[in-house]
Amino acid sequence: MPKSLLIALKDLTLAFRDVGGLLLMLLAPFALTVGIGLVTGRFSGDSSTGLSQIPVVLVNHDEGDLGRVLVETFASADLADLLEPKTVTDEAAARAAIDADEAAAAVIVPAGFSTAIFEAAADAPSIELVLNPERPVSAGVVQSIVESLLSRIEVGRVSGQVAVEQLLQTGRITPDQAEAIGREFGEQQAGTAGSAITIRRVDVSGRAAAAFDVLTIIAPGFALMFLMFTVTNAGRTIVQERLNGTLPRLLSAPIGAGEVLGGKLLGIFLIGVAQVAILIFANGALFGVDWGEPVAVIALVLASAAGAAGWGALLAALAQSPAQISGLGSALMLIFGILGGSLGNQIALPDMLLPAAWLTPNYWGIQGFAALGTGASLAEIAPYLGALLAMAAALFGIAIVAFRRRGLV
Amino acid sequence: MNNILVARDLRKTYGENEAVKGVSFEIKAGEIFSLLGPNGAGKTTTISMLSGLIAPTAGDADIAGHSIVRDSLRVRERIGVVPQEIALYDDLTARENLTFWGQMYGLSGGRLKTRIAAVLEQIGLSDRANERIKTYSGGMKRRVNIGVGLLHEPQLLFMDEPTVGIDPQSRRAILDTVKALNTQGMAVLYTTHYMEEAAELSDRVGIIDHGKMIALGTQRELAQQIGGRETLSLHIGDDQNSQALAEVVRGLPGVDQASAMDHTVSVIVVSAAEALAPVVGAASANGFRIRGVEVTEPDLESVFLHLTGRALRD
Repeated sequence: MPKSLLIALKDLTLAFRDVGGLLLMLLAPFALTVGIGLVTGRFSGDSSTGLSQIPVVLVNHDEGDLGRVLVETFASADLADLLEPKTVTDEAAARAAIDADEAAAAVIVPAGFSTAIFEAAADAPSIELVLNPERPVSAGVVQSIVESLLSRIEVGRVSGQVAVEQLLQTGRITPDQAEAIGREFGEQQAGTAGSAITIRRVDVSGRAAAAFDVLTIIAPGFALMFLMFTVTNAGRTIVQERLNGTLPRLLSAPIGAGEVLGGKLLGIFLIGVAQVAILIFANGALFGVDWGEPVAVIALVLASAAGAAGWGALLAALAQSPAQISGLGSALMLIFGILGGSLGNQIALPDMLLPAAWLTPNYWGIQGFAALGTGASLAEIAPYLGALLAMAAALFGIAIVAFRRRGLV
Repeated sequence: MNNILVARDLRKTYGENEAVKGVSFEIKAGEIFSLLGPNGAGKTTTISMLSGLIAPTAGDADIAGHSIVRDSLRVRERIGVVPQEIALYDDLTARENLTFWGQMYGLSGGRLKTRIAAVLEQIGLSDRANERIKTYSGGMKRRVNIGVGLLHEPQLLFMDEPTVGIDPQSRRAILDTVKALNTQGMAVLYTTHYMEEAAELSDRVGIIDHGKMIALGTQRELAQQIGGRETLSLHIGDDQNSQALAEVVRGLPGVDQASAMDHTVSVIVVSAAEALAPVVGAASANGFRIRGVEVTEPDLESVFLHLTGRALRD
């Protein structure tokens, strides 16, 4: 067996013999998952999603079809278990419901919205979405539904435009007829949009995939947040071993410095893989979370651990002492948890901070697991895997250069 | 007898500080060679260079015919290292530690198991091999620390101050282990600042101070370096200042060097018979009460004092 692998396995053994570390590695994220699951009603047994009866306030000032379609969509039978829509005419009342925490979100459709959309007006008014930061998961669901609806409308509008242009070019209609036909086409598309607006995911073959389960966001969210603790703690052992004398002893054995460093870095990765794998498996086994395609799940576990391990390695390479790594590691765990969505989705964050989420393994990992939970395939989560692996490659590269420059290994 | 180690003008510089200033010596196969010197003399830096842990700034050494500069990996296969600190994993058992370190030295399978059993027997921990290191006493940890260095049966064993901070019983056990290893034909490079250990164990001794080898040879050869001088050990009361007494006697006729240690002043003299009266007289005249005087033959402590003007543990 390669010596670097032996070093990594030794580190894995030591990590699982550290009772205090295990509490934070496994028990804390699991307990938080269960806690949030209880709060969202995931374990109450009357909801397939873990979320039910999300209160939404609708304000429709639009006289056209789009506003009507939106209201009908929220009141549709498909979403009856999930949403509890209430239509009001007063925007102020809608905002007051959010302030009073009586609704997860308010959707305000401005007057003239349909007309502006069908005429492709440059200054078309926007639908206003007021989200309740106290209910980030529920608000996120409402946001997803509205975005999905708007996306469908946009597709319909553009399709109509293209169709009319083709009819004009082939001489089948006159310019005088174009506007009327375009409007009719768009309205037909919008009118059928409601049937497509569900939170069910459909794959390319038209097969209905798994229903949305809130644990597919919560469980990986906490697992990835505490993964940051795990990998920084594992990275800390590089500096700690140097102080304890075991690293110098390793370096006086017949083994190359590169192999020693490789073993230590591999150890960080393996410990991370073990933690995430155990938590993902436990959530599946105990709470029936369907993570989807096993190969894709394994790939995402490996990629998430690699991305996080890169941060652990970088911290170990740059920090001056084990205490500094512990302090920075805890800070990083919380910051990444907030930015990356482990502690709820990022709706409460200022827009300028949202791109920072891309630097966190939490963000890509949570997106990937959420997609898997609704039936995504390995190919569909490839962008998330790619982002995590690119992150790992860059961070490990920088860490190795830093280790060498500082003569730590 | 063949040389297992030949060090030539080894130097190590850290910025402005030259920690080792051109050290040269040889160790014969099957010999115990001690590097004796006070803390900070350069002993650990020298061993670190020889064991491939740090690269020398200049100079080289051959170990079992391999250069530490050009062929470090081959050198490391042939040496065992027992570091000053306990370099073990507390949450692994003694057996797991030995297994891991044995694997790092390329052992596996039946040979690894055989060697672990032999080493556990040798260090007297066979019956507690499956307990975690963190449950061991300091002395037991030291023994495992030594055991790790013996697993692959090295031709040359480096032991860096292995008795620092342990109880007399464990210290005795370690010294006996070193002797036993030597009778099996293993060469040992032993660093210490305890003169008694170097005197008990060594075939030859190198005295190192401020990064330089200031004397080298057998104990008899080193004693001869001080030209038949003798040591007067003056014991004074707890309330007396031994440093002040050393200052008083240092300038007297026939006194070569004087050094204070606790409540004893060691004085190197050309002739104890001639110097005794003037030394005791000067002490009394300056208010010191002498509670006892010993005259001893030159030893390694005397040599160090003669050469440096300081005691080994100053």
